[in-house]
Amino acid sequence: MELLEILIAAGGVGTVGLVGAFVLLRGRASKTELPTSASTSRSTATKTSQDVETIDVDDPDVDLLEDDIDERVPDVDVVDDKPEESQDLAPAVKPSFFDRLGKARSAFTGYLGGLAGISRVDDDTWEDLEDALIQADVGVQTSMSLIEDVKAEAKEQKTEDGSEVLSLLKARMHRELEDKDRSLTLDDGEVNVWLFVGVNGVGKTTTIGKLGKRLTLEGNKPLMAAGDTFRAAAAEQLGMWAERSDAEFVRGSEGGDPSSVLFDGVQAAEARGCNIVLGDTAGRLHNKSNLMEELSKVRRVAAKGAGHVTEVLLVLDATTGQNGMAQAKVFTEAVDVTGVVLTKLDGSAKGGIVFAIESELGIPVKLVGLGEGVDDLVDFEPVEFVDALFE
Amino acid sequence: MFQSLTNKFEGIFERLSKKGVLSEADVDEALREIRIALLEADVNLSVVKSLRSRIKERAVGEEVHKALNPAQQVVKIVNEELTASLGGETISIKYASKPPTVVMMAGLQGSGKTTSTGKLAKWFKAQGRNPLLVGADLQRPAAVDQLRTLGEQVGVPVFSDPSNPVQAASMAIDEARNTGRDVVIVDTAGRLAIDEVLMEEVRQISDAVTPDYTFLVVDAMTGQDAVNVAEAFNDKLSLDGVILTKLDGDARGGAALSVKEVVGKPIAFAGTGEKLDEFDLFHPDRMASRILGMGDVLTLIEKAEDTFEKEQAEETAARMLEGQFTLDDFVDTMRQLKKMGPLQNLVGMMPGLPKEARDVEIDDREVARLEAIVMSMTPTERTQPELIDASRRARIAQGSGVNPSAVSDLVKQFMQMRKMMKRFGDAGTKKIKKNRKKRDKKKNKNKGRGGRTTPRGGGRVTPKATKLKSKKGLTLPGLDQISDRQLEEFGENLESMNNDQ
Repeated sequence: MELLEILIAAGGVGTVGLVGAFVLLRGRASKTELPTSASTSRSTATKTSQDVETIDVDDPDVDLLEDDIDERVPDVDVVDDKPEESQDLAPAVKPSFFDRLGKARSAFTGYLGGLAGISRVDDDTWEDLEDALIQADVGVQTSMSLIEDVKAEAKEQKTEDGSEVLSLLKARMHRELEDKDRSLTLDDGEVNVWLFVGVNGVGKTTTIGKLGKRLTLEGNKPLMAAGDTFRAAAAEQLGMWAERSDAEFVRGSEGGDPSSVLFDGVQAAEARGCNIVLGDTAGRLHNKSNLMEELSKVRRVAAKGAGHVTEVLLVLDATTGQNGMAQAKVFTEAVDVTGVVLTKLDGSAKGGIVFAIESELGIPVKLVGLGEGVDDLVDFEPVEFVDALFE
Repeated sequence: MFQSLTNKFEGIFERLSKKGVLSEADVDEALREIRIALLEADVNLSVVKSLRSRIKERAVGEEVHKALNPAQQVVKIVNEELTASLGGETISIKYASKPPTVVMMAGLQGSGKTTSTGKLAKWFKAQGRNPLLVGADLQRPAAVDQLRTLGEQVGVPVFSDPSNPVQAASMAIDEARNTGRDVVIVDTAGRLAIDEVLMEEVRQISDAVTPDYTFLVVDAMTGQDAVNVAEAFNDKLSLDGVILTKLDGDARGGAALSVKEVVGKPIAFAGTGEKLDEFDLFHPDRMASRILGMGDVLTLIEKAEDTFEKEQAEETAARMLEGQFTLDDFVDTMRQLKKMGPLQNLVGMMPGLPKEARDVEIDDREVARLEAIVMSMTPTERTQPELIDASRRARIAQGSGVNPSAVSDLVKQFMQMRKMMKRFGDAGTKKIKKNRKKRDKKKNKNKGRGGRTTPRGGGRVTPKATKLKSKKGLTLPGLDQISDRQLEEFGENLESMNNDQ
């Protein structure tokens, strides 16, 4: 029997055993290979190294990096704003989602446009369909199960016609996305708090900036709280947006506690008669558990006093691949995400991962970023989104 | 949670290895699984297709008749193809004979250009160079400010001209000559690949400074679109390499494979954390071996070194073998483990771990629960968990908000583990004493080493790993079965970390 196996078995094949195994591996690696200082700890430590014939001794600095907080640097800057100074607050014609999706749509036509003319759908055609979904980042498992479903339906309905099969697939995808509440919750007479969360570089600050203007135009009184105290100049960036959209603005000190910024924001909103606080947060990778804990705290604190957290929006970059699912899962666990904002959909990426996220996790996509201008943040239109993929 | 690619391949190859001969059907089945696994890792579909056909060609071809067993053969082929696709070997930077060496950064919005620029400056500095940073991102307000902040942190000057990015870039070259800066790194504005105006601007900057290296910054989380982006930039700029960012996330980074394959340029550097020094030359062999389930020992140890004090680790392990491992040690270890990222990821990297353990899903919340339980114990209970009776258990359960049975489970598992360890420890004691004597004789050798050297490989003075081979009659069977090569990698890595201190 292997030691590690026994250990794992003793620990009940779980965290306890693994921790034990790690202690040993770690201790041994350090011991057997590394010339370490001849400190008192060595005498006990040596016991792990029964198979070491000789050990050379050295005198290394053992001061390893202890504090990683100060050395953290912002990983990414969020840059999808192209400020247009000439833009005033005159109500613009709301851009149609469908029209704006030109790019993504035309790219899709490349894969699927020819399908309509096919009179007999064969294995290759099914594979092409599946490939198209995969290339749109819908994900291989989701794509395979969608195709399986539609295959069965087509068989049932005895159709082999290309355009009919396409309609079946569209209808199948529509069904996944229908009956979702995509409205942004705004309770009357309350200080609503909308938090924006996500990994680095997805466009959180910019999304808030664009949304601020829209809310102002709709007669709301928004306040922007610069909860990204980590990235240099993030607060300045949001401050410029606040100015541009006539929103109130609250910021903290760089490197300060983001929770306190949100707390101050809620208090200021109450004092200044704002009905909504748009809370920015620093980008964080979802597998950094300490940063996710920090985010949970931000959410808890934002709900203190007059604050009511009515939306927690996960901002997701349309170029994101299958990792988007993991992001959605972990952020939802940490802060109970209420909706997704899909940004940068005007690029060549299709953002298909949101389909998987919505159908698997039930988190509705609420807003879509379709460009760099301030008016390019629009409501998500599921039917048009799916249709646009095929036309 | 997703099943990791590593586990997937292990599953496939295990099935293959049970058969004596590798038929075409077997290869096909394996390839189907490999296709799914690669696609789930965001490897581009067309890249997956070409990989598949290459692998199939080789696997079903003449090589089938050679001496290796079929599973070994497929593993070898897949590994070779993946490694080759990822770049074959590490890039080495050649400096311009007439300084400065000019490096230009390009990439999509939010991919991490500015941060990578700062990190690259730090890297060049560590190579003994004197970089100058150029802020040519005038698109986003405060972008140059951000670069300045980074420049301050790294101790590198930042040059910028607010009027014109192209002019700023070419003026910076003169500035570098005049001030004796031998590397110039130009940060450009973030853009969507489809934005012709900005693409044109970036090309003009490129024309103005004629960079020795043009790097495309790519987010490791990018999906299928990565190749389109890379192609668009490559058409405009003729790239020399790619910098892969956010590799410290849990994305499997198939984008790296895709970009390399499609553009044909190596992944030069990878960013692996938020700290400025979490950035290094990319090691394709490591990434491929990780994909193939060999356990990326190197990465594990690098991570481990980041958070662990060596001595503490030794002591803890030693105490464990003496049966003195306490629940405090346990919680301590868990906390350190937690800092390294999700336990699931770490499990995949630990060498010698039995497969059953590897397959278990580890929930990081479980760690938090266990921690809460231990923290609700008194200090005495933590050293002597056997004291915990029904009433103590009820108190602990209440304190940590769990069922009393969860408390007893933990205590039971912990005590079992401790007992088991002590047994091994005792059996090994005799041998240890012998070793200790020998070691003491050598104690004063090799003193005074230290100082910063290049990462990895420099000044090896540890005993060769072959000397560490297990001897007859040793008593830690599991640990002995970890291969010499793995041990050697452990050692080398620990040493280089040590040198870096």
